[in-house]
Amino acid sequence: MSQLILSRRRLLGVGAAGASSLILSGCDQFDFLTNRNDPTRNFLERANELTYAAQRALVPHQALAREYSPSEIRQGMRPNGSTDPRDVQEYADLVATNFTNYRLSVTGLVETPMSFTLDELRNMPARSQITRHDCVEGWSCIAKWTGTTLGAVLDQAKPKATAKFAVYHCYDQMGGGLSAPEPYYESSDLIDAYHPQTILAYGLNDKTLPIANGAPIRIRIERALGYKQPKYVHTIELVDSFARFGRGNGGYWEDHGYEWYGGI
Amino acid sequence: MTDQTAESIPIEKPVKPKGPLVYRQSIFTRVTHWVWVVALFFLLLSGLQIWNAHPALYIGEQSGFEFDNTILAIGAENTDQGVRGFTTIFGHKFDTTGVLGVSEARGRQNFIGFPAWATIPSTRDLATGRVVHFFFAWILVATLAIWLIASLANRHFWRDILLKPRDVAGLPKDLVAHATFRFHHGRSYTPLQKLSYFVVLVILFPLIILTGLTMSPGMNAAWPWLLDVFGGRQTARTIHFAVMVLLVLFFVVHIAMVLLAGPFNELRSMITGYYRTSPGTEPDAKETSK
Repeated sequence: MSQLILSRRRLLGVGAAGASSLILSGCDQFDFLTNRNDPTRNFLERANELTYAAQRALVPHQALAREYSPSEIRQGMRPNGSTDPRDVQEYADLVATNFTNYRLSVTGLVETPMSFTLDELRNMPARSQITRHDCVEGWSCIAKWTGTTLGAVLDQAKPKATAKFAVYHCYDQMGGGLSAPEPYYESSDLIDAYHPQTILAYGLNDKTLPIANGAPIRIRIERALGYKQPKYVHTIELVDSFARFGRGNGGYWEDHGYEWYGGI
Repeated sequence: MTDQTAESIPIEKPVKPKGPLVYRQSIFTRVTHWVWVVALFFLLLSGLQIWNAHPALYIGEQSGFEFDNTILAIGAENTDQGVRGFTTIFGHKFDTTGVLGVSEARGRQNFIGFPAWATIPSTRDLATGRVVHFFFAWILVATLAIWLIASLANRHFWRDILLKPRDVAGLPKDLVAHATFRFHHGRSYTPLQKLSYFVVLVILFPLIILTGLTMSPGMNAAWPWLLDVFGGRQTARTIHFAVMVLLVLFFVVHIAMVLLAGPFNELRSMITGYYRTSPGTEPDAKETSK
């Protein structure tokens, strides 16, 4: 009899475990898609290429992102991602000397590799724009950005005809903890790099760009999401492929499963 | 004698009068219907995953961090009874522990907007949610375009979706009929059905697609009027969410109506196209000529 009760209890236990695993499997049976190399995921990701192609076909290459009136700056620019990369010695040294030793390098597929001091960049024709920053998480924030148009800087270095993309290398490092720190980098096609609103921003809301928002230079690509606005940029490299950087997907977040174009 | 009595009792099987079986749903209607079942399932669950990355809704262009334009927010807070999940709608705060804000998955407490069972993937993964969402968004846009072209061509749109003055006049009567579960199975839809499908296909689907596009900074540059029509990017995001809620409500009512109106007949018509109508319905032209 006691054996019977035990087995009945065991049966109940097995039944309960079975039922709960059924419920659990109901919510996580698509979790295989989180594997970045899963073939089904890679198939679904091809929709992103369609989005990129469709937007490049539909959106005039010079079409501007909306610019807002000063009254719509209703709050400070919300910092996100890296907000203080002074753990990187090279960057800490720059901050200690107030960026006097900072140089922005333009390298790669250019006729004349160049480098610019912060003062040189500030003395070039400036552009100010009050635009909306859209984070991939879903929030938006309006702020005024001031800087030098990237197109004018690239033109001085004379890009070669083989250049297809601009890769933006940054001082800040992401990750850490269990994973090795990875330097932040981003990239864009030359349409976005030469867009009239794409600037090397050194000013935010009429003040010097603060460290939390990417001092001394942050790239603004106004028709893309926040992760396409790299902070603490030190080098712009023109390339025909970004396969050799990071894990080859064209940016830190792209290497972690986000799509490259970033316009949606 | 006894035999005679037995014979005199008429053995009458209650035969339900049947109307003719008519061909009601074209191949375009049926295929797009089932594609939408799959696509909307993935769009909903991946959409909730994306929303969990920032579980708050605002009115206007931007999100108020230093001012208040929030109309809905889900979060977790420390209280005397431990961490509780709260949902705040238009300033009214509700304890939603267990479902919204704080929920359990795999025996662990999660501090997350929508619970693991309502999202794809079940764990927090914005990147994967976006991959799934945009794939099925393209599927929805493509099938809606195919459905619209086919339905204009085969007159399904004119016959069954667009409300004519006669349908509008018949709405109150049909409302009573549905409320009392008396369903008429006709060749076309009843006025209330036409209205429901018109709202979903002509209003809600385009609205959720356009508000989705309004969230794209690339599309904002191409079509800046989107921002004006919907009152800013964050308002568009709020409308996108609200339309999702309406579509979920439609789904609940739709399933309830299918079950009440006769699931076998309703499913058959959406699979084979053939539908058993109420008595008195004119049979198909093909059928009568047979």
